[in-house]
Amino acid sequence: MSTPQTLFDKVWNAHLVRPETPDTPAVLYIDLHLIHEVTSPQAFTELRRRGIKVRRPDRTLATMDHSTPTTPRNSLGIIPVIDPQAINQLDQLRANCAEFGIPLFELGSANQGIVHVIGPEQGLTQPGLTIVCGDSHTSTHGAFGALGFGIGTSEVGHVFATQCLLQRKAKTCAVRVDGRLNPGVTAKDIILAIIAKYGIGAGTGYVFEYCGEAIRALSMEERMTICNMSIEGGARAGMVAPDDTTFEYVAGRPFAPQGADFEAAVARWRTLPTDDGATFDHELTLNANELVPMITYGTNPGMGIPITGVIPLPEELPDAAARQTLDKALAYMALEPGKTLLGHPIDVVFIGSCTNSRISDLRQAAQFLAGRKIAAGVRVMVVPGSQQVKAQAEREGLDEVFKAAGAEWREAGCSACLGMNDDKVPPGKYALSTSNRNFVGRQGPGARTLLASPLTAAATAVTGVVTDPRTMLDSL
Amino acid sequence: MEPITTFSANAAALPTANVDTDQIIPAKYLKVTDKSGLAKGLFEAWRYLPDGSLNPDFVLNRPETAGAQILIAGDNFGCGSSREHAPWALTSYGIKAVISTSFADIFRSNSLKNGLLPIVVDAETYHELVSICEEDPTVELTVDLATQRLMLPGGRAVGFPIDGFSKHCLLNGVDELGFILSAEDAVAAYEAGAPRTVNTQG
Repeated sequence: MSTPQTLFDKVWNAHLVRPETPDTPAVLYIDLHLIHEVTSPQAFTELRRRGIKVRRPDRTLATMDHSTPTTPRNSLGIIPVIDPQAINQLDQLRANCAEFGIPLFELGSANQGIVHVIGPEQGLTQPGLTIVCGDSHTSTHGAFGALGFGIGTSEVGHVFATQCLLQRKAKTCAVRVDGRLNPGVTAKDIILAIIAKYGIGAGTGYVFEYCGEAIRALSMEERMTICNMSIEGGARAGMVAPDDTTFEYVAGRPFAPQGADFEAAVARWRTLPTDDGATFDHELTLNANELVPMITYGTNPGMGIPITGVIPLPEELPDAAARQTLDKALAYMALEPGKTLLGHPIDVVFIGSCTNSRISDLRQAAQFLAGRKIAAGVRVMVVPGSQQVKAQAEREGLDEVFKAAGAEWREAGCSACLGMNDDKVPPGKYALSTSNRNFVGRQGPGARTLLASPLTAAATAVTGVVTDPRTMLDSL
Repeated sequence: MEPITTFSANAAALPTANVDTDQIIPAKYLKVTDKSGLAKGLFEAWRYLPDGSLNPDFVLNRPETAGAQILIAGDNFGCGSSREHAPWALTSYGIKAVISTSFADIFRSNSLKNGLLPIVVDAETYHELVSICEEDPTVELTVDLATQRLMLPGGRAVGFPIDGFSKHCLLNGVDELGFILSAEDAVAAYEAGAPRTVNTQG
């Protein structure tokens, strides 16, 4: 009998062009390479310098998402790009894709969107694949039982040239989430709680596999939210074993196998889950029954608390370095230890990003905003993850709900997640954000970010102060 | 890539944990299509005051450490975004090695491809190094990659781990792409035997 294997082991082994040796890393085959305008140009330059072609343009897909504006279209139906640097980056991506034969989802076209939203949406993201992108949130694709991880621009060049990467095999860590979520508590709260409990470096050197009753009960979009933030826990990749939920999601999507090919693929995919008796190098646990909505108070995603809790006191922390980190974070955030965040005024609410911009996220936010007005003085930006998500939301009338409430309904893109396009949080202002990072200046210089779920964001949009979404459930 | 062998340089201590790549180089500097302007943006929020002038309190702005080529930083250095602009910013500023108790995986991988040496030491050595820098900001450390040793003032040597392949590439100034390109036959053989799973053109 063969040795029991984890999901990660199986995907890893199936992609070994050459196994690793003590002297050399493994040569790992990459099934799907997603690219965008920000981390690809220097890699194309290197290809040109060496006179190398893109080996498999048919395994490569480009989109425009990071530096793009999300401003509503003009009277010609065009999303206007004003920033000269963004124009240059987008022009270069167009030229590079044309030169090397790479399909491109052009800004504003029907399938364009955030790279980690479009892969799954198009059926390109499938169980058992290796998927990379010059973007750390490539971990998102692990929700399908794929091995997805972020790479740097040098590695983007390696994949262009060879469709392979040099890799040392990571260690494995099971992240077991038992129990069931209570109403008002979401997948976002699971991952924020894991990171708050174990810290932002816990996953360094590991690939997470999320398992347990609570994970099995989640939809694909919820699993994507969790895998997306694996990197915030330090893990380059996070995976969920594929199951019927996965297969139903993939079925019928444009780039997914069709008909008999799909049935054959499902038969292969059913062999992927971790075998009984397989061992992990490490395990983390969380009980979903006890979970309440989570929110961050500091300047890294591990600085999170239950929304009903209080900001930690420095004297509760184990060492001087942790106390110094907390002091600096709270000084930046202008928040006080020992205080609750409930009731704290918010200036901007951002509903979007590769973490929480899918149709289910927008539906959740809309149910709280339906028939209500957002609080006076609060700017609420709702940014769908893709043009497909936007079109679906509009078919369901969600755009009308958001607009009637006083929120902005914008075009698809990374938007205010990362402060490199026009969507920014002003200095000193507080943003309740469904994105993934609350680093100093992440949403703009001096911006103060509180990370939370779309439900918490929508509840907060209505009141203008940090609000526990469970207090609004009865009024739905 | 320039080969790294042995070098001695001034070390600057940045005793902050979890320095994320947004701090190393903010996203607004990522709108370039080459590697220009990144040194200017290195540690922007700490290095400059709101009016754009240099912050005299930031370690790399002090006269004694202005030319430091070694950075000593807190645990989990380089966490967050995968932007290779972070090691590009550090190397174009002049940093050749970062010493920490741990590095985020993607940052470490990116650094090794750019001749930036990530040196992992234990917590005790880290604290000792920070103290040494605080006592004498002009202190020089010697890094010997071939023997994987960090030489402290007074002659004490501390070993550090590095993957053998990465060490070979750094010592010889070769990049990894040449090595993978040499595996072309194996790649073609793999493709011939693997199921066709993805076609972005179809």
